Amino acid sequence: MAKPASTMSKRATAFMNWIDERLPVTQFYNDHLAKYYAPKNFNFWYYMGSLALLILVMQIVTGIFLTMNYKPSAQEAFASVEYIMRDVEWGWLIRYMHSTGASFFFIVVYLHMFRALLYGSHRQPRELLWILGMLIYVALMAEAFMGYVLPWGQMSYWGAQVIINLFGAIPAIGEPLTEWIRGDYFISDATLNRFFALHVIAIPLALLVLVVLHLAALHQTGSNNPDGIEIKKNKDENGIPKDGIPFHPYYTVKDIFGVAMFLLVFAFVIFFWPEAGGLFLEHDNFVPADPLVTPTHIKPVWYFTPFYAILKAVPDKLMGVLLMGASVMILFFMPWVDRSPVKSIRYRSWQFKLLLGVFVVAFIRLGILGMSEGTPAQTIEMRIWTFVYFGYFVVLYFFSPKERTKPVPERVTH
Amino acid sequence: MPTDGVNNGRRRFLIATTSVVGATGAGFAAVPFIESWKPSAKAKAIGAPVQVDLEPLEPGQLLKVQWRGQTIGVLRRTEASLNILSELDDRLRDPESQESEQPGFAQNEPRALKPEYLVVNMHCTHLGCVPEMVPTVGAQPFDDDWKGGFFCPCHKSKFDLSGRVYKGVPAPTNLRIPPYRFVDDRTLLIGVNPEGVA
Repeated sequence: MAKPASTMSKRATAFMNWIDERLPVTQFYNDHLAKYYAPKNFNFWYYMGSLALLILVMQIVTGIFLTMNYKPSAQEAFASVEYIMRDVEWGWLIRYMHSTGASFFFIVVYLHMFRALLYGSHRQPRELLWILGMLIYVALMAEAFMGYVLPWGQMSYWGAQVIINLFGAIPAIGEPLTEWIRGDYFISDATLNRFFALHVIAIPLALLVLVVLHLAALHQTGSNNPDGIEIKKNKDENGIPKDGIPFHPYYTVKDIFGVAMFLLVFAFVIFFWPEAGGLFLEHDNFVPADPLVTPTHIKPVWYFTPFYAILKAVPDKLMGVLLMGASVMILFFMPWVDRSPVKSIRYRSWQFKLLLGVFVVAFIRLGILGMSEGTPAQTIEMRIWTFVYFGYFVVLYFFSPKERTKPVPERVTH
Repeated sequence: MPTDGVNNGRRRFLIATTSVVGATGAGFAAVPFIESWKPSAKAKAIGAPVQVDLEPLEPGQLLKVQWRGQTIGVLRRTEASLNILSELDDRLRDPESQESEQPGFAQNEPRALKPEYLVVNMHCTHLGCVPEMVPTVGAQPFDDDWKGGFFCPCHKSKFDLSGRVYKGVPAPTNLRIPPYRFVDDRTLLIGVNPEGVA
């Protein structure tokens, strides 16, 4: 890459100049890496963004190789996945990288989002950054859902049945809409084929565009940090933030360390625990899709279960669907729900810490209940946690402006 | 953009008309793509009625057949299970099938042409799973006072042996009854109403 001119040979400098006059490589490198100043106090939570990018790349690469052997037809899909697993050289590894990658994508994204809630990274002036991130999250959910349909196992089939029928709850247009989505009167070859097209072309393209916009928005405002203060307010005589360090080499090196640690865990799961006891790949999905038999216990993959629990908690079809939709949509409004005078949890009240803690417990508990059988007692518990989940936003909205905060320092701390 | 000597009104008009024409064109161009998602001619053609032989069906036995990709259950009900139906009204959401989907001939307590045979679209009216038949009368894990019926494993909806939905479950209406007729005493035809019925 473009080293400082002083260390480059004359010919190399001339070559870079030739390039730069035609393509702004050096400028881009400086703007986004070598002279992009990020706060110097990043901690563990700041690994998640680069890890999410890593997983996106891995999913795209493994996905490309899976499409080389996968057959998107109701007759052949299940067998072609088994073919990849058994007969294709290293096919099992590529497939497990892809399926495990999906779950790890959500783990990393959930931690990434939680980081924003911790340090107020969604707050002014980063509202659009947050909204673009939420759009990525929603696109990711669509991508994951459609990807899960492709192996055409029992959970693929019946999961698709349940999710598509959610649209049927919409008054008047619901039924024709579900028929339009399926392309048939039932989940069929037509449905599988179009989900394949969306999963491998449409949504990945949308995801890439959104990721570029997310990064553009990030580099416009600059990163937040664990102290939740704006480093751009405190610049030296050269206009460089006093608390900033160049992204490269400081954070590239930090992120490489994070990547190494992540890959260690990731590889362990791929090699020794790829199904995660039915969490990452459900047992019922090793049975070919059968339209005549619904598995006795239908549940989505773990990353959807908190929202699924909210759906199950409501004893009314339309209300259940609306509330489940609202539970995702409400997150878009987080930058305006949280109205506290300070951003970072470090300088916020014990009430906020308690509130956020209860919210996390509600989310995890809903996730566990979403996987459960749904006994009457569990249904009641789901209702309570659903109430708590939405309660978080209401309480935060009214409480946060009056919050008693601690003084925020001028400069970042460690 | 140079602004001197510009007629702003005309510029705005041109921008607006160009946008409207462009948007209209884009709208029309989108139609074929959206329409291409509808069921194809081939999918529509596979909608023919299905014939079922009732001879091997024992009392209490449920037979599942496919019609238009839907699972249709044919249940030969016992005398005892028919008698229970009238006891359930206050536990049901729509005991008289006022808000449910069925041909006119099935808007009665047994929801059937012949009370002995229940012909029902097995897909739960909540989100389309296929409920299990649990004909045993007596306490079940999901109901302490179970009178026999259908139980959906997906979201715990309960229906009686006429496919009528219980109160307090996610399914909004009774199980759907498809159009059907009896060709003769032992042959059922699913997909068409009895002759003379629209």
